Amino acid sequence: MSKPKVAFFDFACCEGCQLQMANFGEVLLDILNLVDIVTFREVMSEKSEIYDIAIIEGSITTAHDTERIKNIRAKAKVVIAYGSCATIGGINGMKNKFDLEEIKKYVYRDGAKQIETLPTRAVHQVVKVDYFINCCPVYPPEILKVLKCVIAGIPYAVPDYAVCVECKLNENVCMYDKGITCLGPVTKAGCNSWCINNGNICYGCRGMVTNPAKNGQLDILARHKIPLDWITNKLDMYNKPRELDEQK
Amino acid sequence: MNKSRNVKVNVEYLTRVEGHGNIVVNVKDGKLEDCRLDIIEPPRFFEGMLRGRSIFEAQHITSRICGICACGHSLASIQAGEDALGFVASEQTIRLRKLLLHQEILDSHILHIYLLAAPDLLGVKSFVPLIDTHNKVVRRALRMKKNCNNICDILVGRHVHPISAIVGGFTKLPKEKDLDTMLDILKSMQPDMDATIELLATLKFPDFQRPTEYVALVNDTDEYPLLSGEIGSTDGLKLNKKDYLKLTNEFMVPLSSAKHTKASRSSYMVGALARLNLNFNKLNLKAKKAADLLQFKPVCTNPYLNTVAQAIESVHCLEESITLIEHFKANGLKQEEAIVVGLNEKGTIPVRAGKGVGAVEVPRGILFHDYEIDKDGKIINANCIIPTGQNLGNVEDDMRKLVPEILDKSDEEITLMMEMLVRAYDPCISCSTHFLDVKFTNR
Repeated sequence: MSKPKVAFFDFACCEGCQLQMANFGEVLLDILNLVDIVTFREVMSEKSEIYDIAIIEGSITTAHDTERIKNIRAKAKVVIAYGSCATIGGINGMKNKFDLEEIKKYVYRDGAKQIETLPTRAVHQVVKVDYFINCCPVYPPEILKVLKCVIAGIPYAVPDYAVCVECKLNENVCMYDKGITCLGPVTKAGCNSWCINNGNICYGCRGMVTNPAKNGQLDILARHKIPLDWITNKLDMYNKPRELDEQK
Repeated sequence: MNKSRNVKVNVEYLTRVEGHGNIVVNVKDGKLEDCRLDIIEPPRFFEGMLRGRSIFEAQHITSRICGICACGHSLASIQAGEDALGFVASEQTIRLRKLLLHQEILDSHILHIYLLAAPDLLGVKSFVPLIDTHNKVVRRALRMKKNCNNICDILVGRHVHPISAIVGGFTKLPKEKDLDTMLDILKSMQPDMDATIELLATLKFPDFQRPTEYVALVNDTDEYPLLSGEIGSTDGLKLNKKDYLKLTNEFMVPLSSAKHTKASRSSYMVGALARLNLNFNKLNLKAKKAADLLQFKPVCTNPYLNTVAQAIESVHCLEESITLIEHFKANGLKQEEAIVVGLNEKGTIPVRAGKGVGAVEVPRGILFHDYEIDKDGKIINANCIIPTGQNLGNVEDDMRKLVPEILDKSDEEITLMMEMLVRAYDPCISCSTHFLDVKFTNR
């Protein structure tokens, strides 16, 4: 069996998720035994228009990029949304709460006229996505898990329970008990509670669980006297483009 | 000069750089008509999006400006935030931040030297063909990269978008056994670093000279300034970091779509080469030895040698990291300094209205973050000036001098020389928060 051809593409993003591939160290050479990377602009000058698997980093924020992602979808057998910007719009989505003309002028001043921008969309809000690798940045053990599923031709289900499940197993003291708000209770697990293990809070970068225990959450907020808009404002840091799903 | 020569270079989506850029060169009848580095990155509006967010979220958000220099952005952001709040970090926190910055610079330089720049010097298109022809070199590169990563995993949770470095200090501190692990990793890197310098000594870099103004942080102590200092230049400029806008003022030039920065002449350069040209004497002994081996002497005016300067700095950063950890081992880390802040729900850090500037030497040069906050710690205004934006004018000035000097070469050779020149600056185009109002080409 010939090795599947993999192409990496970047849209509006920081390219940190692609960098996570280089951060595998020598394990990267083992991955290269299983797949042929044919396009990876950040580290390779070789490129090919023929590929089986397209790994997409970044959100879709321009008309040009909308066409570009549609072309990639037409060529690829499998499309993987890779990282928060691609899976949920991520940090780029904060822009959506501003008037686009206003924010253009604020950042680019006289040059604003030359700037073209659309509301931030996640990849699945433009084309069909086959696999999701959530997180900002992507979590290396999950990258390997998903790649194995892709090569084996089986689906990968992103865990749809709260980060708290993993956080409890890691025996972290709950942030709410320290008087600090955290998005773990409403955020999809799969990162092994990466940020809380390191003493910080969950920022919701993996996207919201599809069925959050709403009443339970409201109880937590009431018990700790936290206003709801405090939490929704925090959620908007990564999850603002979710509103485009809700409008559908 | 060849008077009848026509050259058209049009490199779309320049590879092996971070972010999206095009190189355009047009020579007609031996005369340079157009010469640009166009930035085609989709704009992301970081400064606009920061408005209304808490100063305690700024590090988390601005780290996402760049995946390669996420720790650098974090440190500049934290410095600006603490400056605005009037918070003074502890001595231990400053030392840990220095360790983080040394690792950031080391990690980024290794990535650039081996994966982005070396393929050109070895005549291939990427590291992939090198897996067969230079297997030991590729493995060494990936191992060194992984080692820096492992240090950052321990120190701040991860390298791409650090977790525990925040305004106020660190949410988690390394334990004694973590210090041992970090020291073991760093010492294991020393032979790899020696081999890196030996490899670079065998590579031939293009010979091109163009003196310019070199800008970097400077200080009055013996320390090689990275985390703090004043703005200085080889033309004698000296500015407080709060006056950074005097340095990064913007203006238009003919033959270019970009607004450029200038200080004392038409453009200036920041980054490893600029730092060495200003602060070479403050490098540690091992780095100076590496410079000898690589026949590097300041002031060096060949921009292609920025990659060599990065290698020399890498030696410096590795040795300084070891010294810092040995200090922690000898003096112990005060675990009680670990703090949980979140959105400052508990008022752990006193908040006031104010303005603050962070100026930090990150891998590609001097980085500025500037915030204004209200009495509740909400961001009212934000400005981030990145090194690549400051270098843009200098790159184009280099291109304008270089092209006429190499008109006897083939189109392919000219294109490669231009690509290598841009890559030597290690540009980070994703970082282009607003890129000093570069024209974004709508394709």
